[in-house]
Amino acid sequence: MSDTSTQSTEWPLWEVFYQPSDGKPFEHAGSVHAPDSEMALQNARDTYARRNEGIAIWVVPSDQITASSPEDRGPFFDPANDKAYRHPQFYTVPRAVKKRK
Amino acid sequence: MDTQKQLDDFQKRIDNGETIEPKDWMPERYRKQLIRMMSQHAHSEIVGMLPEGNWITRAPSLKRKMVLLAKVQDEAGHGLYLYSGTETLGVRRKELIEDYIYGNAKYSSIFNYPTLSYADICVIGWLVDGAAIVNQTMLAKSSYGPYARANLRICKEESFHKKQGYEMLAKMASGTAEQKRMAQDAVNRWWWATLMMFGPHDSDSPNSAELIKWGVKTKTNDELRQHFVDRSVMEAEAIGITLPDPDLTYNEETGHWEFGDIPWDEFWSVVKGDGPMNRERIKSRRKAYEEGEWVRKAAAEYARKKKLVKAS
Repeated sequence: MSDTSTQSTEWPLWEVFYQPSDGKPFEHAGSVHAPDSEMALQNARDTYARRNEGIAIWVVPSDQITASSPEDRGPFFDPANDKAYRHPQFYTVPRAVKKRK
Repeated sequence: MDTQKQLDDFQKRIDNGETIEPKDWMPERYRKQLIRMMSQHAHSEIVGMLPEGNWITRAPSLKRKMVLLAKVQDEAGHGLYLYSGTETLGVRRKELIEDYIYGNAKYSSIFNYPTLSYADICVIGWLVDGAAIVNQTMLAKSSYGPYARANLRICKEESFHKKQGYEMLAKMASGTAEQKRMAQDAVNRWWWATLMMFGPHDSDSPNSAELIKWGVKTKTNDELRQHFVDRSVMEAEAIGITLPDPDLTYNEETGHWEFGDIPWDEFWSVVKGDGPMNRERIKSRRKAYEEGEWVRKAAAEYARKKKLVKAS
């Protein structure tokens, strides 16, 4: 790399989430670089919402996100595996009631 | 080193059609190949702004100027989606960009050709973006999640790019004798270079088999190229344009259009840096990057000061 590279500036990374339309949950879109949250919002709008893809945007510093790790997926989620009684299919109801919608 | 068991488990996930996410285990070579491919794709989108940006100030009408501006802005967006995706593989964006501006990272050779008239803008939309759509539609199903999602986003926007170019070319091809000549001349100059966008023949493409095995790609260069030729023949005919290939013939048995020999010597010379515009493109990118440095610094300083004021 040349000398220029050591001196040049790189802004921090922000993760971008947007709400596609009224009442919908926010979705992850991607990331942008920006020096602060205000400019991160503007960059996120110009990058991910040029066609009204969103009606609201969140930006979060990427290093502030904590994620579950894929290797632990089994043990991490297994408390949910043996609780069939959390689903409506676990219960029986009289046939007469079942037929009515 | 990756163990055989890890490699087998990984291959099983790919064969099951599972998506690989940034924190998942992946072979070192898969990561390297993706960084290479995704960053080249990103650089191509960014450098792709230059041949078209060249015509913004000379657009034939206000409408066409607005369209071209929006399209060039989209290309910047596409580059950013892809850089963002590449960063999930553990590389910094700055490194990628500088490897391209000061190092020897590659980008699509198609952008090393000059745009000589406004008809070239029509043809870039129709053929170059048309070819990009064929490629990116496949990549939207890539095994690496962030790459697939970036391509999906790109594809949604790319169809506007192709359509505006095709519509404009159709108009030109049905215009005055001079306009017809310009339209045909642009097609003659771009056709073969566009076919080269799909890369070397499968027999000369060392990376293809591996990328297909890992589900990064799902079709070979030649399959994609054939699909593109079949579609272009039909679209050219519909607007009275002739594709500059006397060998184009329809094969009843295969249902495909057979085409002449692609000038590969030219392809390799452009890849190696000797295309008509290679030096000019890198010079422009370097200039933009270096002259933008004070803006990046000023914005960082402004953010720092604002934070201080807030804290006090």
